[in-house]
Amino acid sequence: MACRTLCIRRNSLKSLRYLKGVASIKVERKRCVGCSMCLIVCPHRVFAIEEKKAVLADRNGCMECGACATNCPTDAISVSPGVGCASLIINRWLRGKNIDTGGGCC
Amino acid sequence: MQFLPVAGEENTRQQEQVAEAGIIELAGLAEEVDSGDVCCGGPAPPRSNPFEKPGYELKGYVRAFLRKNGDDIPLVKTSLDRRDRLGTLLARLGINRDDYRVPPGLYGTGSPDADSPVLVTANYKLSFDFLRRELAGIDCWLLVLDTCGVNVWCAAGKNTFSTDELVRQVENTRLAEKVNHRRLIVPQLGATGVAAHHVKLKCGFRVVYGPVRSSDIGQFLDNDMQASEKMRSITFTLWERFELIPVEFYIFGKKIWWVFPLLFLLAAPTPDFLSLTDVWRRGLLSSGAIILGAVSGAMIVPLLLPWIPGRSFAVKGALSGLLFGGLLAWLSGVRPVEGTGLLLVFTAISSYLAMNFTGSTPYTSPTGVEKEMKGAIPLQICALAAGVLMWLAGPFV
Repeated sequence: MACRTLCIRRNSLKSLRYLKGVASIKVERKRCVGCSMCLIVCPHRVFAIEEKKAVLADRNGCMECGACATNCPTDAISVSPGVGCASLIINRWLRGKNIDTGGGCC
Repeated sequence: MQFLPVAGEENTRQQEQVAEAGIIELAGLAEEVDSGDVCCGGPAPPRSNPFEKPGYELKGYVRAFLRKNGDDIPLVKTSLDRRDRLGTLLARLGINRDDYRVPPGLYGTGSPDADSPVLVTANYKLSFDFLRRELAGIDCWLLVLDTCGVNVWCAAGKNTFSTDELVRQVENTRLAEKVNHRRLIVPQLGATGVAAHHVKLKCGFRVVYGPVRSSDIGQFLDNDMQASEKMRSITFTLWERFELIPVEFYIFGKKIWWVFPLLFLLAAPTPDFLSLTDVWRRGLLSSGAIILGAVSGAMIVPLLLPWIPGRSFAVKGALSGLLFGGLLAWLSGVRPVEGTGLLLVFTAISSYLAMNFTGSTPYTSPTGVEKEMKGAIPLQICALAAGVLMWLAGPFV
C-alpha cells in the first residue's frame, strides 16, 4: 500500500482513539423524537438513527463536547460537557473545584 | 443622509453618486497631494482615506463600504496580504496570540444583497482570515460574534460563542432589516455553544450548521447547504498537529525559564568543590535534559501521535521520553547515577507535556483526561523528585 494511504489512515480519527469506556454520554430513548440534530452536529459522528431514534453507534469516539445535548430540542441527551484539557483541570484542582468557564485553556 | 467630509470636488461627486445605496471602493479614494518640490523623503503620500474617523483605525482587510439603510458595512478582501500572513505566523508562534481580534459586527464579501447567505464566525483574526480567504467570488454577509478573540470551537466551549451572543449580534446589526431570508450559517464546531432551537425562538432566525472546516464552505454553498459526512467530521492531520507545536513551547518556556540559572547553582556542589568545568558540564547536561524532554513531549509525541503505542497521552509521553532520553543518555556517556536521574527528569517532563497536549487535540474527553491525570501526575512528581535527588547525589557516589 502506498505510504500516503497508510499515513492518511493512521492520521484519521478512526485510528486516533482516546481512552475506552469513560465517556459520560447517555441518550434517553423515550424522549428522542428522531430529529437527527445530534447526527448533524457531532464532530466525531458517534450517533446513528435506528428505528427513528438516535442511538450511540460509537460511544468511545465521544469527546464530550456537548454539541448534541445543547442542540437536542427534547433534552434527550445528557453528557457532562467540558474541555478535555490537562492544564484546565489542574487549574480547577488548584482552585478547589470551582468550575468557571474562563479556565484559561485554549 | 450624512455625508463624509471629503476633500476634492471629484471625490465628493463620486460619493454623491453612490451615497444613496451602493458600494464605495476604498482603492483610489484617498486624495493625492501636489507637494511641489520636496526636500526629504520624496513626495508626500496621499491624504487620509475619507472613511478614517478620529479614534478609529481603518483595517487593511477592508476593501470597500456598502452603504445600506444608513449603515456603512465594511466589505472585506478575500485574499490575505503580507500583514495578514505575518499575523498568522506570530499567532501560531504564541506571540500576540491572546489579543488578535477583529471588531465584532456585520461584514460582507463581494457585493452582498438581501438574498445573500449569512455566515457566522468568531472574532479571532485567524478564524476570520481563514473564512474570508475561502470566499473569493462569493457574495455573502459575515456576522462576527464577540468571542473575546478566541476561535470558534474553544469559544463555544467557553460559552462566548453562544446562543445569547449570536442573538445579540443579530439584533445589534439589525440583520433582519438587511436580509430577506431568516437563515444563519453557523460553523458546525460552534454547536457546542449554540442551541439552534433557542436561536429560532429568540430572534426568528433558523440556524443551519455549516461544515467543520472553512475550506469546505464554497462547496457547501454550491451544494444547496448540504454537508457531506467528510465535511462534518473532524480531522487531526500531521500538519494540523504541527501548527500547534510552537505555542506549546512558548507557554512552557514562559513558565520555566527561571529554572536554568538555578540548575547551574545547584550543579555546584561536587567533591572537588567548585571545579568550574564540572559545574558547567552538569549545568549544561541538566538544562539539555529539560529542553529535550520538552521536545520529546511537546513535539515528538504530537507529530508521531498515531504511531506511539498507548491511548493515554501521559503513557505516550513517558514512552517517548524513556526511549529518546535513554538514547541521549547513552550517547552522552554521562555517569550512571547522574544519568539515571536526568533520564527520570526527562521522562517526567515528556510525560507531563504530552498529557498537556490533550488541551490541543480535538478528540480527548474531559472525563478521560481527568482519569489519566489522576494516575499519571503522582508518578510524574515521584519521577521528577527522585530524578533531581539522583542528579544532586550523582557526583558523590
